[in-house]
Amino acid sequence: MMRRTPLLTGSGWLVFLAAMLVAAVLIPVLATLPPPDSMFRLPAYLVPLFGKYLCYAILALALDLIWGYAGILSLGHGAFFALGGYAMGMYLMRQIGTRGVYGDPILPDFMVFLNWRELPFAWWGFHNFAYAAFMALAVPGALAALFGWFAFRSRVTGVYLSIITQAMTYALLLAFFRNDMGFGGNNGLTDFKEILGYEVQAPSTRLGLYVITAVALGLSFLVCRFVVTTRFGRLLLALRDAESRVRFIGYSTTGAKLFVFVLSALLCGLAGALYVPQVGIINPSEFQPGNSIEVAIWVAVGGRGTLVGAILGALVVNFVKTWLTGAAPELWLFALGALFIVVTLAMPNGILGLVAQAKQWRRTPTAPVAETVHD
Amino acid sequence: MRLIRALVILGLLLVPLMGRAANLPDAELAKLVTGLAGDGFDDKIAAIDALGTSGDARAVAILKALTDGKLAASDDKQMLIEGAGGKFTDAVTGAPVTPGAEPERIHVNNRLRGLIDGALSRLTLYSADPGDRLSAATEALHHPSLGAVPSLDKALATEQDKGVAAALKLARAAGLLQSPDAAVRLAAVDELAASTDSEVRGLLGELVGGHESDPKVIAAAKTALAKIERQLAYIEIGINLFQGLSLGSVLLLAAMGLAVTFGVMGVINMAHGEMIMLGAYTTFVVQEIFRAFLPAGLFDLYLVVSVPAAFLVAGAVGVALERTIIRFLYGRPLETLLATWGISLMLQQLVRSIFGAPNKEVANPSWMTGGFQILGGFTVTWNRLVIIAFGFVVLGALVLVLRRTNLGLHMRAVTQNRKMAAIMGIPTDKVDALTFGLGSGIAGMAGVALSQIGNVSPNLGTIYIIDSFMVVVFGGVGSLVGTLAGAMGLGVVNKFLEPFAGAVLGKILVLVAIIIFIQFRPRGLFALKGRSVEA
Repeated sequence: MMRRTPLLTGSGWLVFLAAMLVAAVLIPVLATLPPPDSMFRLPAYLVPLFGKYLCYAILALALDLIWGYAGILSLGHGAFFALGGYAMGMYLMRQIGTRGVYGDPILPDFMVFLNWRELPFAWWGFHNFAYAAFMALAVPGALAALFGWFAFRSRVTGVYLSIITQAMTYALLLAFFRNDMGFGGNNGLTDFKEILGYEVQAPSTRLGLYVITAVALGLSFLVCRFVVTTRFGRLLLALRDAESRVRFIGYSTTGAKLFVFVLSALLCGLAGALYVPQVGIINPSEFQPGNSIEVAIWVAVGGRGTLVGAILGALVVNFVKTWLTGAAPELWLFALGALFIVVTLAMPNGILGLVAQAKQWRRTPTAPVAETVHD
Repeated sequence: MRLIRALVILGLLLVPLMGRAANLPDAELAKLVTGLAGDGFDDKIAAIDALGTSGDARAVAILKALTDGKLAASDDKQMLIEGAGGKFTDAVTGAPVTPGAEPERIHVNNRLRGLIDGALSRLTLYSADPGDRLSAATEALHHPSLGAVPSLDKALATEQDKGVAAALKLARAAGLLQSPDAAVRLAAVDELAASTDSEVRGLLGELVGGHESDPKVIAAAKTALAKIERQLAYIEIGINLFQGLSLGSVLLLAAMGLAVTFGVMGVINMAHGEMIMLGAYTTFVVQEIFRAFLPAGLFDLYLVVSVPAAFLVAGAVGVALERTIIRFLYGRPLETLLATWGISLMLQQLVRSIFGAPNKEVANPSWMTGGFQILGGFTVTWNRLVIIAFGFVVLGALVLVLRRTNLGLHMRAVTQNRKMAAIMGIPTDKVDALTFGLGSGIAGMAGVALSQIGNVSPNLGTIYIIDSFMVVVFGGVGSLVGTLAGAMGLGVVNKFLEPFAGAVLGKILVLVAIIIFIQFRPRGLFALKGRSVEA
C-alpha cells in the first residue's frame, strides 16, 4: 500500500506560512503604518495592483490544476474568469442605485440609455451580495459542467479540446459585445460606487479586498494541493500520461476529468469576482481568446504541475508586463511572444524546473538530467 | 422580291434610328425654347412638355440649364445657356455668343421643376446609352403616372434592348394602374405579375390594401402579389447562396493552408492567421512598388504578381519557422500551440512596427471593381466572383500537388509512416519543412484575396484563425474534401442565419452548433478511418 502524500511537508508549511505572512500581513502593514513620506511606505496605488496579480495567480492555479495534472489545456479559463467577474460586476452595478447618471433606482445607466423599462430576468436578485457571490461561482461551474460533460463524454481530448474551448470563449466574447445581451455591451460594467456598504475607491476597502484575495489564494492553493495529493490526484496524473490505459483498467475518466474541470472553473469564477471590485471595470475584452492563452504561459513559465509554479509564473510575468508596458510598450508583445517560444523550447518545466535541474546538477555533476517524456 | 425584302429590312433598321435620334430642325427647336421665356405659366408648361416629347438630344442640356438657373434670354429673345466662367452659348446652335447687355435669367418654381424632371426623364428614354434608358425606365416605374404612358409607348415602339423594353413595359403597366377603365387595370396587373421589383410589390400591395374597388382586379392583384412574393423568396435564397459561397470561399482560402499544416502534419499553427496577414501586406507592398516604379497602365497587373509573391514570402517565413522552432516540438501539440501563439504575437508586433498600426489601403484592380445586376436588384460584384474562383483554383492546385507530384507523394508517405518513409530514402526533415512552407504559402495567397475585400491591418489574421480551425475540425482533419465541405457549409449556413438572427448572433449560433457537432463526431464530417487515427 502506497503511503499517502502529506498535504505539505514540514518545510513546505513553513514556506507557505511565510508567504502568507508577507502577502496578507506585511504588505497591508507597509501600506498603512509607516508615515506617508517614509521609504517603507507602500504607495496606495500598488495595493489594487498587487490584488490584481493575486487574482491572476488564482486563475493560473486553476489552470495548472487541470493542465499540469490532468493534461487538459483549457483555453476557456479566461471565460470562466470573466463570467465570475460579470456576476460581481452586476452586484456592484445594482449597488449604484440612484447615484447613476440617470438616477434610476432599479435599472443601471446603460439600460436606461437603451430605453429598457424593466430589469431583465438575468439581473434579478443581483442586489443581494450572497446571491451574486453564489452566481459568480455557479455560472462558471455550471458552464464548465455542461461543456465538460459533453466534451469528455465523447472523448474530445488534447488540442481538439483546446480549440473548442477557445471557440466557446470566442462565442461568449461576441455575445457579450452585443447590447441586446443586457450586460452593458462594448462598455461592460463600470463606475462602481460601493461594495457591501464600503466605498469601492476608498484605500481601506481596497486594502480589505487585497487581504481577502491573498487569503483566497492561500486557501485555493491548499484545496488544489489537497486534490493532487489524494489518490484522486494520482488518477489525474495517470490520466494525463496514458488516458486509454486508465480507462481500460476500469476508471471512469469522464467523471474524474469533469470533477477537476468544474473545480478549476469555480476557482476561475472566484478569481474573477475578486478581480472586478479591485480593477473597477469588467468588459467583454476579458473574453479575448488571447487572454486565456496568456494564462497558459504564466503556468508554463513557473512550471507546470507544481501549483507553486503557477502562482510564481503569474506574479513574475505580470510584474514584467506592468513594468514593460510602461517602459517600452512596443516591446511587450515581442517579449511575450519570445517568452512563449523560449519557455516551450528551452525550459519545458519552467522556473521551478530550472531550479530542480540546478540542484540535481550540483549533487551529481556528471549525471545527465533526465529528459521529460511527453505524450 | 429580293429588292423588296432588302428595302423592308433597311426600313426596319432605320425606324429605331429615326425614333431615337430624330432632332428637330433648329427653327422649330428655337421656337419651343423661346416659349420657355414666355410670360405666362401656361406658355412655359407647354414648352417644357413639348421639349420633353421632342426626343431632341439638345433639349436635355436646355432643360438642365433651366433647372440650374443657367438659361437666360437676351434682349432680342435669343435663348442663351450660361457656361462655366460666365460665357454664354446659343441654346439651340451651341455657338458662342457675347451678349450686349446682361441677359435676363429665367426663373423656375418648384411646380415647374417637377415638370422639368418629368420631361428630362422622358427625354432620357431616347438616350443613346442603354444604361441611361434603363435608369429612366426604372425611374418611370418608381413614379408611375397615367400621363407618362404615351411617351412610354413611343419609347417602347423603338426600343431594341430587351432589358430596357421589359422595364418600359413594367413602367407602362404601373402607369395604367391609374386608368379609370377596370379592364385596362386588370391587364396591367397581369403584366406586373412578371416583375420581381420591390416597387411593383408595393404598388400591388396598395391595390389590395384598398386603392382598388373592382373585385376582379383585386383578385388578380392578390395572385400577382403571391407570385411575386414566391419569386422574391427564390431570389432571396439565391442571394443567400451566393453570399454563402462567397463567405465559404474566403473560409476555404483561410483554412486550406491549415488543412495542410494541421491536417496533414498535425501541427497546431496558431500563427496561421499571421501568414494570411503577411500575404495581405505583401500585396500592399507589391501595389506600392507598382505605383512607384511602373507605368500606370500596368497597375492592374499588380494583383497577379502579388499571388506568387505572397506565396513565396509567407512560404519562406513558414520554412524558417519550421526549421528554427516548430521541428523541435513535433509530438507535443500543446507546446506547439503555445509556441506558435508566441510567434503570432511577435509577427503582429513586427508588422505593426514596420508598417504602423493603422489599416493599409489595398485597391481593387479595375477588372475586379464593379459588378452586374441580377434579378431583384441584387448586385454580384466582380471581386467576390473572382475570389470564389480563386478559392477553387487554389484548392485544385493543392490537390494536384498532393496527388500528382513527388513532393505530394513524399508528404503523404511521411504522414502515414514517418519511419518507413525515412527508410525508403525520403528526406523527412526536408519534406516537413516544405510541407509547412506549402501550408504557409497557401495562407499567404489567402491574404492576397482577403486584402481585396477587407482592411489590411496587423490583426487581420486573428479574425480568421478561430474560423479556420473550426472549418478544419468540422470538415475532418486531414481531409481536403472535408475542408471544402466545412468551409462552404459554414459559409452558407452563416448567411442563411444572418437575416433573422443578425450577423453576430448567427456567428455565435454557428460556433455553438460546431461545438455540439464535435461532441458527436469528434473527428469531423469526413473522418479518416483506420489505424492511423488513434496515433
